[in-house]
Amino acid sequence: MIRTGGPRRGAPRTGVDRFLTFMRVAILTLVAVGILAFVWQEIDTDNPFARWANPDATGLTGAQFRGLIISGVAQGCMYGLIALGYSMVYGVLGFINFAHGEVFMVGAMTGMITSNKLADAGLWESNFIGSLIFIVIVSMIVCTLVAVIMERVAYRPLRGSPRLIPLITSIGVSFFIQNASIVLLGPAAKAYPDVPDWVKDKHTFIQIEGSRILVVVVAAVSMGVLWYLVEHTRGGKAMRAVAEDAEIAALMGINVNRTIVKVFAVGGAMAGLAGILWGILFRSVIHTTGFLPGIKAFSAAVVGGIGHLGGAMAGGLSIGVAESVGPLLILEPLGVSGVSQLRDAVAFAVLIGVLLLRPAGIFGERLPAEDRA
Amino acid sequence: MSTEQPAEPLLEMRSVNAHYGAVHALRDVDLSIYEGELVCLLGGNASGKSTTLKTLLGMLKPTSGEVVLDGEVVNDRPTSYRVARGVTMVPENRRLFKRLSVRENLDLGAYLRSDTDGIAADLERIFELFPRVKERLGQKAGTLSGGEQQMVAMGRALMAKPRVLLMDEPSMGLAPALVQQNFELIQQIHGAGLTVFMVEQNANMALSIADRGWVLQTGRVVLDDTAENLLAHPDLRASYLGQADA
Repeated sequence: MIRTGGPRRGAPRTGVDRFLTFMRVAILTLVAVGILAFVWQEIDTDNPFARWANPDATGLTGAQFRGLIISGVAQGCMYGLIALGYSMVYGVLGFINFAHGEVFMVGAMTGMITSNKLADAGLWESNFIGSLIFIVIVSMIVCTLVAVIMERVAYRPLRGSPRLIPLITSIGVSFFIQNASIVLLGPAAKAYPDVPDWVKDKHTFIQIEGSRILVVVVAAVSMGVLWYLVEHTRGGKAMRAVAEDAEIAALMGINVNRTIVKVFAVGGAMAGLAGILWGILFRSVIHTTGFLPGIKAFSAAVVGGIGHLGGAMAGGLSIGVAESVGPLLILEPLGVSGVSQLRDAVAFAVLIGVLLLRPAGIFGERLPAEDRA
Repeated sequence: MSTEQPAEPLLEMRSVNAHYGAVHALRDVDLSIYEGELVCLLGGNASGKSTTLKTLLGMLKPTSGEVVLDGEVVNDRPTSYRVARGVTMVPENRRLFKRLSVRENLDLGAYLRSDTDGIAADLERIFELFPRVKERLGQKAGTLSGGEQQMVAMGRALMAKPRVLLMDEPSMGLAPALVQQNFELIQQIHGAGLTVFMVEQNANMALSIADRGWVLQTGRVVLDDTAENLLAHPDLRASYLGQADA
C-alpha cells in the first residue's frame, strides 16, 4: 500500500517522506519569497532584491490588485458550483465523474441557444433579468436531464464493478458529449448576445463589474439553498446516509437508486447554473469549454476535501483567487516572464501543493488506511 | 416460554434455498417466529446466519422457497416494503452513520414513517430506555463509546416501530461487560413486548435469554428446539458451549 500521508509517529522515515518534506519546504519558500519580493517592490521599486529577481517587474496598483481578487472570486464561485457535482457524486459512488465538466458545457450551450432566441424576439434587451431567470431555469432542467440520463445509461449498469471502470467510462462519456456538441452545433465558438451596460461596466460606487456581482450573488444563494437541502431535508439526510453506508441506508428503507439519481440531478442543476454564469462572464462558448473549468473544478473539490460541500466551494474560491492573483503576486517578482499566461499552471500548482501539505484537502477527513489508494 | 403459539407466525421461512454466486448458502431452511417471542439462530462462521438475515430483509433473493411476513409472501418485495411492514435489523458491529449526529441517526430509523406524533412518542420512549442517548443527541455518532453506539443502534432500529427486531451478532466486537449490558437491553426490549430474532455465535449467552432456537450448520438447520433442550443437547455442548465455557 502506498501511504499518502506523512509518517505516523514512531514509523521510520522513508525516502518518500524526506522528498515530501523537501517539496513542502520548497513550495512554502517559493511562495514566501515571491510575496516578499512583491511587497518590497511595492514599497521601494529600486530595492536590490526586487531588481535581482526581475528588473522589469512593475508591481500593481491597489485597484489592479482588487480587480484581480474580485475576478478570482467570481471565477472561483463558478468552479465551486461545478465542484459540487464532482464532490457529491464521489460522496455517494466513490468515483470521479469526469464527464461532469461536459454537463457544465451543455449548460453554457443551452444558455447560448436560449439567450440568442430571446434576443431575436427582443426580450433579452427589454427584460434582461426575466430572460436571465428563464435561461437559468432552462439550462438547469437540460443539465439535470443530461446528468440523470448519463447515470442511467452509463453508470448504473456498472454499479458494483471496480471503481476504475466507471472512471474510464466517464472519460468516454465526456468525449461523447463533446462530439455530440460538434455534430449538433458545429465546431466554431458561439457568442452570447450583448448584455446591458450595467452588467458590463463597473458599478460607479463599488467599482466592480455588474456581471461579477451577479455571479457571486447567484453562487452564494444557490450554495445556501443546496446546503439547506442537504443538511435539513429528509432527502438530504438520505443522501448523506447513502454516502456513508448504502447498505444500511437501504435497511432504513431509503431507496438507494433514487437517492443516487437525485445526487446526479442536483449536481447537474448546479453545473447548468455554472454554465450560465460562464456565459455571463465570458459571453462565448465552444465544445471544449467544459474541459479546463471541469478539471479545475475537480481540483477544487479535491483541494476542499472531496465529498464535503463547503469544501467544494472553499476549494473553488482558493483555486479561482490563486490563479487570478498568483501569477502577478508570486511569479512575476520571481522573474518569470509572460506570467499572465501561467494561470492554469498556478491553479494546478495549488492542487499539487495542497495534496502535498494536506492530502485530505482543506475540510477533508483523513481516510482510514483501507480506503487509501 | 411460548408453549401456546398463535396460529400464524409473524415471520417465516418456508424451505428457503439461497445462493451467493455458486455457493449454496441456505439449504431448505424452515424458520418461524411468532409474535412476542425471543428466539435465536446459532451457528459458527459461514454457517449461513447472515445470509438468513439478508434473505429475511430482502437484500438477497431466495432461489427457491418462500419468505412470509405476517401471512404475505414477500419474496419479490424490496427491503423498504418489509421495513415498512415491521421488520428491522440492528446490524453486526452497529454500523451507525458515524458522520451524522445521533439525532439524525434516530431520524433515519423513522425514515419511512410519517406519523409525527408517533415518532415523537417513540423518541421519548427511547430516551427513557437509554437516557445517555438523550445527552448525546447533537454529537456525531462516530464520537460515541462502543456501549453508547450500541444504544443508538438499537434506538435507530426501534424508531422504525418494528414488530420483529432482527439482531445480527449482538455480542460481536464488544467488551464482555458491554455484551452483558447488551443482552440485558435485548431482554428489556423484549419485555416491553417486542418480538426479537437474534443471530449469535455465543450460544451460551443467547440461549440464557431466548425461548427457542435453531442451530445452523453449512446452510442447513440441524437442531430446532427450546432453549432449555438446546442447552442440554450433547452435540451443542460439544461444539459450541464447550468453546463458550472455556
